[in-house]
Amino acid sequence: MSKEKKDREPLFSIKNRRLLTNPLNKDNPITVQVLGICSALAVTAKLKPSFVMTLSVIFVMAMANVVISLLRNGVPPRIRIIVQLVVIASLVIIVDQFLKAFVFDVSKQLSVFVGLIITNCIIMGRLEAFAMSNKPWPAFLDGVGNAMGYGWILIVVGFFRELFGSGTLWGYQVVPEGFYNFGYEDNGFFILPPMALILVGIIIWFQRAKNRDLIEES
Amino acid sequence: MQEIFNIFVKSIFVDNMVFAYFLGMCSYLAVSRTVKTSVGLGAAVIFVLGITVPIDYLINEYLLAPGALIWLSPDFADVDLSFLTFIMFIAVIASMVQLVEMIVEKFSPTLYNSLGIFLPLIAVNCAILGGSLFMQEREYSNIGQAISFGLGSGVGWFLAIVGIAAIREKIKYSNVPAPLRGLGITFIITGLMGIAFMSFLGIEL
Repeated sequence: MSKEKKDREPLFSIKNRRLLTNPLNKDNPITVQVLGICSALAVTAKLKPSFVMTLSVIFVMAMANVVISLLRNGVPPRIRIIVQLVVIASLVIIVDQFLKAFVFDVSKQLSVFVGLIITNCIIMGRLEAFAMSNKPWPAFLDGVGNAMGYGWILIVVGFFRELFGSGTLWGYQVVPEGFYNFGYEDNGFFILPPMALILVGIIIWFQRAKNRDLIEES
Repeated sequence: MQEIFNIFVKSIFVDNMVFAYFLGMCSYLAVSRTVKTSVGLGAAVIFVLGITVPIDYLINEYLLAPGALIWLSPDFADVDLSFLTFIMFIAVIASMVQLVEMIVEKFSPTLYNSLGIFLPLIAVNCAILGGSLFMQEREYSNIGQAISFGLGSGVGWFLAIVGIAAIREKIKYSNVPAPLRGLGITFIITGLMGIAFMSFLGIEL
């Protein structure tokens, strides 16, 4: 089946590459489409959980998009929400069991937020908007692209919060000990939830200042 | 009784869904343009949380938790179905939302008209699933506590969305830097409101 498609359209045609790159910037799920904020903010106090969360979302999103795209002609529209939720929930169970088995400490830190990938609106949103009406391969690219657009914001926020909040990165001390002797203090405020919101607000500010098309009217 | 009241107050202020855990942010940001619609959505969230959390509590207690099936027969003492949690909870929430929608439509058309469009939205509001998952994680010991936790979380979410909607209505008249307008400033205000809510943190109940 993949051979046939190659004859018609190269796997990485310009259109397909756009599916992958648009969500990284001007169609970013978090800063432009306003999807998937909940989990994005809650897990970013440290870099490592943000990274694990990003990988989990990339996996769930790409697989869910492919599965729904394969099922798209067989699902009656009335029950599609339930079908989508069941597909996502099964994938999330796989991720959850995997995390518990191999990185138990991170799984504890993420606590309920692994489960909340199910109701992460990015996934539902992309399933509704894209996978229900497209072929599996573009749906896969769209899934990966959007999950990465979501992921880079998580990682940037996680980077700054861990650097300024605890002086470490990925659990390793990066702020030299000497600084503390001169009176440098970790800003405990960065660890607290409100700072994540303010950091995302600042990212939005930067992005829209560079790309003026995105500015809202009201 | 004291305990139940404590959980209620705590889940409104100290463990506020929006400001402490960022749950339900998507609809919080999308529907908070005017106070009127946000009151509708907030009421619907209280309603659905108050129903689904106790139901999920019962499901967890008598079906999913390790050894929960013991009421069927002592042979099931080792059965642990907790890996099915997500799929069970989301199924309960999706079907409860559907059921609540039908019941409300039949018995109270006025309430239906004011909540109507928001009810389906709620199935994918992470505050609802989050409420059930926190209930499971914190291991409340009886159904009264589960009910008061569900209702309290709903009220906390209601307060948050009505508050931000009121601020957003006013901020229309302010001169916000152009790139921050709309979404950006809403994020920052939510952060500031979160800081204000943190003053409840020290309260020991």
